[in-house]
Amino acid sequence: MMRWLPAPRLSLALLVIWLLVNQSIDPGNVILGAVLAIVIPNWFRAILPVDVTIRRPLVIAHLIAGSLVEIIRSCFNVSMLILFTRRDRLNSQFITVPLDLRSPSGLAVLSCIINTTPGTVWVELLPDTYDLALHVFDLHDEQWWIDTIKTRYEQPLIEIFEGVKT
Amino acid sequence: MTDAIETLPLWLSIPVVLFLVCGGIIVFIGGLGLLRLPNFYQRIHAPAIAITFGAGSILIASMLYFSGVESRPVIHELLITVFVFLTAPVTSMLIMRAAVYRDLQSGKVDYAKPSSQRFPVEADE
Repeated sequence: MMRWLPAPRLSLALLVIWLLVNQSIDPGNVILGAVLAIVIPNWFRAILPVDVTIRRPLVIAHLIAGSLVEIIRSCFNVSMLILFTRRDRLNSQFITVPLDLRSPSGLAVLSCIINTTPGTVWVELLPDTYDLALHVFDLHDEQWWIDTIKTRYEQPLIEIFEGVKT
Repeated sequence: MTDAIETLPLWLSIPVVLFLVCGGIIVFIGGLGLLRLPNFYQRIHAPAIAITFGAGSILIASMLYFSGVESRPVIHELLITVFVFLTAPVTSMLIMRAAVYRDLQSGKVDYAKPSSQRFPVEADE
């Protein structure tokens, strides 16, 4: 990692955002964007998260595709529940899922996925036991939710952020 | 605007309209849920469908429409998708935790749950 480029991925993201906002790739914008992409991470060097290594692009792609499918599927489920289920038939519950994921970045991504998926909201993560408290809109089978979250989301995130072979 | 939509070829107008109608229906259902679900912990799930699939459909329609009208790829709507994905979870998590702590503070604890952690009981309002 070079001294004047403390976070290459953040810099690249800033450049892409700058070009997308301006909707052009003419040299002027590329240069201005590149300057911003180098200067901003240096200003915020003090609060940049410590080196996060990301591995396995294939697992990332698979995780993104899987989450998208799951989001669309839950969207239809939640819509159907709102429209056609009697109010007192809804079994909304708090559940706890014991997590093995420890990486803060991985947990952040997991919270984004869980909260973006309709029907589940992250309540809190118990700091000492790493039990995740969730609220589920319509709970049928607690064990199914636990297995789904652990295999579909947590396992890929562990591989991506912690690099443990399975 | 009417001139612009007339220049749009039919094969592009059809998906644009489909995505817009689909997005509108989903956002409407989300709003309906927010209005009609009986307690807070259920209501918090209703807007989630509006911000994911609803907003997503409308943004796809917007990308298709402006790409067709301006005859060049218009994809900066992707940024909105990314920022929604980053910010909406934080909001719902904050609101959720505020509600849980408020209920636990005021003693609405669900003692039926065999858990190391206490959760609030879900009372219909």
